Amino acid sequence: MQHSREALIQAYRQMKTIRVFEERLHDEIALGEIAGFTHLYAGQEACAVGVCEHLGPKDYIISTHRGHGHCIAKGCDVVGMMKEIYGSSDGLCKGKSGSMHIADINKGMLGANGIVGAGAPIAVGAGITAKSNGTVSIAFSGDGACNQGTTFEAMNMAVVLKLPVIFVFENNHYSEHTGESYAVGAESMTVRSAAFGMKAIKANGIDFFSVYDAMRELIEYCKAGNGPASIELDTERFYGHFEGDPQRYRGKGELDRLREERDCLKVFRTKVTEAKLLEGADIDAIDAEVEALIDRAVAESKAAPRPTADHVLEDVYISY
Amino acid sequence: MARQMIRDVIRDTIDAEMARDENVIMLGEDIVGGMGSPGGPEAIGGIWGTSGGLWAQYGSDRVIDTPISESAIIGAAAGASLTGKRAIAEIMFADFIGVCMDQIWNQVAKFRYMFGGKSKCPIVIRMPYGAGYNAAPQHSQSIHAMVTAMPGLKVVMPTTAADVKGLLTTAIRDDDPVIFLEHKALYGVKGEVPDGEYLIPFGHARQVTQGDDVTILATGMMVGFAEKAAAQLAQDGIGCDLLDLRTTSPLDEEAIMDSVERTGRLLIVDEAPPRCSFATDLSALVANKAFASLKAPIEMVTGPHSPVPFARELESAYVPSPDKIVAAAVKAMSYRRG
Repeated sequence: MQHSREALIQAYRQMKTIRVFEERLHDEIALGEIAGFTHLYAGQEACAVGVCEHLGPKDYIISTHRGHGHCIAKGCDVVGMMKEIYGSSDGLCKGKSGSMHIADINKGMLGANGIVGAGAPIAVGAGITAKSNGTVSIAFSGDGACNQGTTFEAMNMAVVLKLPVIFVFENNHYSEHTGESYAVGAESMTVRSAAFGMKAIKANGIDFFSVYDAMRELIEYCKAGNGPASIELDTERFYGHFEGDPQRYRGKGELDRLREERDCLKVFRTKVTEAKLLEGADIDAIDAEVEALIDRAVAESKAAPRPTADHVLEDVYISY
Repeated sequence: MARQMIRDVIRDTIDAEMARDENVIMLGEDIVGGMGSPGGPEAIGGIWGTSGGLWAQYGSDRVIDTPISESAIIGAAAGASLTGKRAIAEIMFADFIGVCMDQIWNQVAKFRYMFGGKSKCPIVIRMPYGAGYNAAPQHSQSIHAMVTAMPGLKVVMPTTAADVKGLLTTAIRDDDPVIFLEHKALYGVKGEVPDGEYLIPFGHARQVTQGDDVTILATGMMVGFAEKAAAQLAQDGIGCDLLDLRTTSPLDEEAIMDSVERTGRLLIVDEAPPRCSFATDLSALVANKAFASLKAPIEMVTGPHSPVPFARELESAYVPSPDKIVAAAVKAMSYRRG
C-alpha cells in the first residue's frame, strides 16, 4: 500500500460520494421524486474508483446501465449528474439521458448505456484513439454483459488489432435477477477472457487496494503495446437490479450479511486506520463533506429549471 | 473532368479525404483482404474494389481490416469517432445491418441527443445494397426506409459518379452519423467526375429530366430505370419531371412540392417492398401537403411484399422495371375523376 495521504483521501472521497449519491437516490425514488428506471451502483464502489484513480481525461471509459459510480469515479460533475437524473434542462445531458445514459466526453466518460453488452465494442473504438494517444480504454461490463455476443466480438477484435483496451468485468453475481452460476457457462469470466488470447486476472472487488494494484499492472501492460487485458472483480450489489425490484431471488439475510461483511467502504476504513495511514477523524470529516455535497446536489436539482417542449428537437443533429 | 467507374470514385474520394485529414480512418471486413493468408495483404482491396491500395498507403492503424464482427465494426467506428477520429465503416452487404442494428440505432444515432448535444460522432457507414446480382434474399435488399426512419442518422443514396464524389466527401466531413448506401449494380457504371475538391450539400435533389405532366421521385438504381421510362414517355408526349432525391434524410421537400404543384401527378419508384416504406412516406407527405394540387391518385412502383428472390426470372419480376414505370405514368395521365 504505497499511497500518499492525499491519494487515500481522494479515493475514499470518491467511493463515499458514490455511496451517498446512490443511497440518497434510493430514498428520493421511494418518495416518487424521480421518474424512470434507475439502477444503483452501491456496493461496487471499490471497482469504479480502483480503476479510475489511474486514469486521466484522455483515458476513456464506457459504462453500463449501472453507471453512476463510473461517472463519479471518472470525474463527472456530481451536481450536474443529480440534476440530470431529476430531468432538469440544467442536467449534465440537458434532461435527455436520465440515469441510464450519462456521459461527459471531455472527461473521457463515453456514456452509461441502456443496452447490456453495447459498451465493449465502443471501448474497442476508443482503444483505436487511445493507441494513437498513448492512453487506455476501459470497458466496464457486468456478469450479465459478459454473456452478450457483442462482448465476445469486441474482445476478439481488441486482440486481433492489439489495442490498449481493458475489459473490466464487475461480477456482482446477478445479471438482472439471475445468478451468475446459472448464466455464465464458463468456469469464470477470467477463463473465458484468457481463451480470447488476452492477459486475464482476478482481483477482490470489495478491496480498493486489490483493484488499484491489479489495474496498475494491466495499464502498464496495455500501454507497453501488448494488446488488451481483462480483469474480473468479485463484488456485491447492495440494491436490486432496478429501484423497485423486490429482490425475491436473494437468500435469507443475504443483504444484511453483505452490508456487514462485504462493504468496500468498511474494508477501506479498517485497512487505512489499522495501518495508521488515516485517522478515523479524517474519514468522518470526508463523510460529512460528502453528505453536504449530496444534500446540495439534491436541493439544487429540485430547484433546477425544467425542459420545455421546444427542447425535444434540439441536438438530434449538428446540422440538418 | 475524368470519366470513372463509381467503385473507383469511392476509392479515390476516400483516398483524398484520408490524405487531407489524418483523423480519417476506415474499418471493415476484407477492406484490405488476404490478411494472415499466403497470398498476403491487399489480395482483395475490398470485395467491391473500393479500397484497393489504401492499406499500403496509410497503414494498419488507419485502414483497419477487421474480423467478421459487424457489431464490433460499428461499435469500434463509433468509439473512435466519439474520441476524435472520423471513421468510415464498411458493412459488406447492407443486409448485414441486422447484425449490428443496436450499434447503429441505439448507439450511433442517439449519442449526441442522449449526451445533451455535447458529443459528436462523425462516422460514415457505407453499405452496398440492392438487387441485380441474383444474390438471393439476404444479400439483395434495399434498407433505406429503416435507416431513414431513425432520427439522428443522415441517409445518402448516390446515383451518378459525380454525385458519389460530391456526396461522399460531404459525408466524411459531416459531424453527424451518415449512412451511405451504394447500389451494387452501379459500381461498374462510368460517369464524368469533377476534378479537385467537390462537395454536394445534403438535402438537395438532382433534376434529371424536366417535364410538366408527371413528377417521378426515385433513388439509386431506380433513377436510371425512371430515366429510361421518361425517354419513352417523352416520345408519347408525356413530360416527366424526374428528381433523383440523393438523400432520403434530410429530404428535399421543397423540390418535391415545387414539382408536384406544377405537374399535379406523382409517381414514386422504390426498389424496396411497399409497406411502411420510403414510397409510402413520400406519398403521405405529398398527400398531406399538396393534396389540392393532385389531379390523380399517387402511383407507386415498388418491389412486392416479399423477400428478394434468387432465380433470374424471379428477381427480374421483383425489381421495378422501366416498363412498369411507363405503365404507372400512363395510368396517372389517364385518370379521370368520376
